[in-house]
Parts: sequence; C-alpha cells; structure tokens
Amino acid sequence: MTEGVNRISDDAVPTLPRGVKFREDKARGRYVLLGPERIFEADAIATEILKRVDGVTTFKAILTQLTEMFTADEATIRPDVESLLVDLSDKQMVTL
Amino acid sequence: MSGGEPTARRDIVELMRHAAQVGLYTNLITSGIGVDDAKLDALIEAGCDHIQLSMQGADEGITQRVGGYRGGFEKKQAFARAVVATGVPLTLNAVIHRMNIHQVPEMIEKAVEFGAKRLEIAHTQYYGWALKNRAQLMPAREDVDRTIEEVETARERLKGTLVIDAVFPDYYARYPKTCNGGWGTRTFSVTPAGKVLPCHAAETITHLDFWNVRDHSLAETWYDGPAFTAYRGTSWMQEPCRSCERKHVDFGGCRCQALALTGDAAATDPVCIKSPLHESIGAMATTESAVTEPGAATYRGFRAG
Repeated sequence: MTEGVNRISDDAVPTLPRGVKFREDKARGRYVLLGPERIFEADAIATEILKRVDGVTTFKAILTQLTEMFTADEATIRPDVESLLVDLSDKQMVTL
Repeated sequence: MSGGEPTARRDIVELMRHAAQVGLYTNLITSGIGVDDAKLDALIEAGCDHIQLSMQGADEGITQRVGGYRGGFEKKQAFARAVVATGVPLTLNAVIHRMNIHQVPEMIEKAVEFGAKRLEIAHTQYYGWALKNRAQLMPAREDVDRTIEEVETARERLKGTLVIDAVFPDYYARYPKTCNGGWGTRTFSVTPAGKVLPCHAAETITHLDFWNVRDHSLAETWYDGPAFTAYRGTSWMQEPCRSCERKHVDFGGCRCQALALTGDAAATDPVCIKSPLHESIGAMATTESAVTEPGAATYRGFRAG
C-alpha cells in the first residue's frame, strides 16, 4: 500500500461477512466485534465506524457521517478509517 | 459446542437454537464424521455462526492412522465443502505432532482448496490422552522452528484469503500459556453432565468441587463456585509467581499443567523459565522427541486408562 493513495474506493460498501457480528456488550458497557474464535473490543472511534458498516452505506457516506460527527476534515479522518477497515478486512472481519 | 463429538448429542440442534436465541456467538467444533447434510442444515438454520472441523493430516494415510477411522479424510473433505457451500465460515483445526508435522505446508494448501476462512495450526498441548502419548507425539525443536517459518510465510502470502492462527508446544517456550486470560476471568465450559468448569481440562484437577447447572445458576457458580474461586486472581500464588512482574500477564500459567507435571496445581507452570523445573521440562521434550522408535500410541477408549 502506498502512502497518500486511497486504499478504499469511495463507492465500496463495507460489510460484515457471515459469521461476524457487531454487538453491544451491555454488561461491560462496550461494543465488540465477534468472529470465529475472535473478539475485538471496539474503542469509541471504532464503535462509530463499525456502527455504520451495514452492507448498505458506502465508504464515502461513512466518511461524510464521521466528518460531521467529529467535526474534522475528511482528509484527516480518512487514513484512520481506512487503516481500521483494511486491517479488519485482512483478518476477514469486514469485506470491502 | 465442543466435545467429544457434539453432534452425537440428540439435542444438539435444540442447544444451538437456544444459544443463538440468547445472543451467544455459536461455534460448532466437530470431526465432521457422521454429520449428514440434513443435520448440518438443521444446525445452521438453528443459528450456528461458525464451524470448526478437525484435521489430522493432509491425506488419507495419516488421517486414518491418527483418527482410527477408514475413509476419514474423504468424509472430512466432503463435509468441508458442504459447509463452505452454505456460506457459514469454516475453520480447519489441524492438531500437529511428530507424526504429521512434515505436512504443515500441505495442510495449509488443503485449507485454501477446501475454501476455509481460517486455519489453526495447533501443536498438541499435553493433557489427557496427549500426555499419555507424549513420547509418541512430541516433535523435535527444529521441526517446530521450521513450522513457525512455514506459517509466517503462508500468512503473508494468503493475507485476505486465509487467516492462520498457530499455537506452539509450550514445553519449548520461555513463558507459559496465559490460562484463558486468567482462571475464572473470561471463560467457562459446561460438560454434558452439567458440571461448570473454568476450562475444558479443569476436571484433571480432581480435588476441585465443580458445581452443576442443575443445582446452581451460572452466575452463582461463576462468582462463588469453589472451583472458580480456587485460582482466580493472584492470592493463591506461591513463589516465584507471587512476586513475579508477569503475574497479571500469564497468571502463573496453566493450573492443569502445573498439577500434571509437578503434582501441585498451585505451583508455577513448569514450562516457565522461572520454575526450578523449566530446564528439565525442555530436556524431557528434547529427549522424547529424539527417540526413533517411541513405541505404540495408546488410543482413546471408553475406559480411561
């Protein structure tokens, strides 16, 4: 992957594949991403990203929503969102 | 849903449905032998999230030798393809030992060929039947090191296609396994008889009193059951664990292994470099793995030896 180049296209639709579930863990007051023999504890930002991974919303729309929510530039947040989603995609926890 | 073989239970579909309904992530761990398409479909319809299939080797010969079932590899292959066709993610779990350690690259290729999403290269851990057969199963250190490299290379090459998780024999390690993230901290198992265990091997610690789901709720058992409070936290620890800077990292290692190898379930796991037994454990593994004719393996039977 090259720095400065978009790693996920705007019209990609991030999706949770079958066997992966994003759940609120009410007992511990957190959100978790559950997969085969895996559990990822989502921090506050990852939670906001993963809440929008619904198999319908495009990557661009997710970015726009997050930009509004965190009142930040898209250029600032895009690399972080891409890193998280590409990393989860390598682990087969998200499809892009 | 683990076993033995969980699909041998008549009520497995009912158990699966209930687990899915209460919001658990459900995982079926099976040999794939004797699970026909109707049973597979029923389990998936009931809410099975993931299936894990055991694998003894990359061909019929070794599969039959280890599993003791003629035609086992063929059946497993057919089962793997049936699972993949349903869309439910499949993990292959290959238990590695000196009889099949040379097949790790082929097992990785088979996992890709079958369409598995994930592969566990799980070196044998020495409990129960494996402990009885340790001299037959313990691989040589250099073979273990080679598989570590093979896994690393394949992991990089298959990124996005196959996730590979690997567990290595701790007899050759410096620090012990972390005991499920701490005894009575993250996990429990319920046996077919209803006993609640802090881990699936915990019954080897025979002096513990395991409460049963018929007599106590899961919450009561978790918080107050004597088997859970016995080694929870750090107050049970002796030296060198008690003053160790890693006591919140690996929790003294595995209690079952401590008992099996030292006779004291509260001892430091002897694979730990700080245990006075550490060197003798490594030496024992090296010696056992070097025996050229280790003798016949003792197979699992219905009467525990």
